[in-house]
Amino acid sequence: MDDSWRPTASLENIRLRAALLAKSRQFFAARGVLEVETPLLSVAAASDPCLQSFSTCYNGPNLPPDTTLFLQTSPEAAMKRLLAAGSGSIYQLCKAFRDGESGARHNPEFTMLEWYRIGFDYFALMDEVEALVQLLLGIDQQFERSSYRAIFEHHLGLDPHHASLEALWQCAEAAGISGGLTKGALERDGWLDLLMSHLIEPQLGAYAPVFIYDYPASQAALATIRPGEEPLAERFELYVTGVELANGYHELCDADELQRRYERDRLLRLANGEAVPSCNRRLQAALEAGLPASSGVALGFDRLVMLAARADAIDEVVVFPVARA
Amino acid sequence: MATYSTNEFRGGLKLMIDGDPCSIIENEFVKPGKGQAFCRVKLRNLKSGKVYERTYKSGESVEAADVMDTEMQFLYSDGDQWHFMEPSSFEQFAVSEAAMADTAKWLKGQETCLVTLWNGVPLSVAAPNFVELTVTDTDPGVRGDTSGGGGKPATLETGAVVRVPLFVDIGELLKIDTRTGEYVSRVKN
Repeated sequence: MDDSWRPTASLENIRLRAALLAKSRQFFAARGVLEVETPLLSVAAASDPCLQSFSTCYNGPNLPPDTTLFLQTSPEAAMKRLLAAGSGSIYQLCKAFRDGESGARHNPEFTMLEWYRIGFDYFALMDEVEALVQLLLGIDQQFERSSYRAIFEHHLGLDPHHASLEALWQCAEAAGISGGLTKGALERDGWLDLLMSHLIEPQLGAYAPVFIYDYPASQAALATIRPGEEPLAERFELYVTGVELANGYHELCDADELQRRYERDRLLRLANGEAVPSCNRRLQAALEAGLPASSGVALGFDRLVMLAARADAIDEVVVFPVARA
Repeated sequence: MATYSTNEFRGGLKLMIDGDPCSIIENEFVKPGKGQAFCRVKLRNLKSGKVYERTYKSGESVEAADVMDTEMQFLYSDGDQWHFMEPSSFEQFAVSEAAMADTAKWLKGQETCLVTLWNGVPLSVAAPNFVELTVTDTDPGVRGDTSGGGGKPATLETGAVVRVPLFVDIGELLKIDTRTGEYVSRVKN
């Protein structure tokens, strides 16, 4: 009999999710961080080269006929508009949507916990992420911290900022993970992603959760790039038992630099044959008006529930994953 | 040339890898939040049986292998090759000992098997999930023992040896699960 009408998550995990949501809201209430809601649909789409947006069409008052609206890949742009308008520190629990992403740790529609802290640098925000995750997962241990460079040197003996594409490819070849890929199939960042996701990530946070920070400038997204001999993105990620759980930035506030990042994304998307969204003018205007110095982070809430439930697949914590939606 | 996009990857899909037909065992979607998406697949080479891993960029296409699973009736073995017939066309296929592998020990004749053909040539044969075979040799049965604990080896009419409960006797017909090679039950004549 077809039982695809049934949830894939157990009632126990459905209750666990509810409890974790409640605890998260208490955590932020106690710290005076304001809960907000921003639209899931927007005329602007994210320009990140590796994200694909869903789109739909609006017909009705206030917008031209057949206006294309995109489902957000994260609430980042809208929340930054609130920050620029003087909201103070804010958080949001919402759905985010990414086309093409489905697997043991991905569902094209998922729950994100995203928050912004005025006046925090990214290390102060790591402290707060640590406190929240300790609370939600019942961990007493102190989290570890390692730079992106140090983790590559430790696991692969490679300097990720200086190694040539050739050296990265050879490392993947030697580890037997490049089968199916030709040397020219990926850019430098693609090979770094392959090495990170296949060789390093599975070992990260096995003993204690670990923050990886200071990413290559080419992987900055909307993080501040700290100038220096080696410009580094003030960005961090949290890994718990091999699971990528959160991604945070010391936020980029420079409107001109935002425009340059968009242009870079646009060219990369063109080269990859991906749809090219137009520039998010309202985000641009918000930065021009002035985004307060802040750090922000997005945490994959479904993955957090997975970790709390000791689940191997996201389907165990999402009631109706895409195959049953 | 038929191809499959990585989005179509799933267990059992047949691909051509380095000139050999392969079957996907496992397919894992790997993607850093801000990075390149990959499909990491575990494959079995259908000719050698070897298992290996491959990684593809998400969205890429890979050549499909012209591999078909067809139900066929086992006719006879001439000691060198095993002969099967496709029941609708009556076409006959000869299968080598290597391609038969472990399956041969469950077949006595007339069984319907799943024969995997690659470009029309048999690559492998799967026995029916359950077969019924007579015991030709085993230690004398212990009456009254229905515990199923312990057990003893029994030789079946095809030569296969399986572990059976102590109460089983020579001449009895048994139901065997060929996927695990385990005794299921006695069959009443």
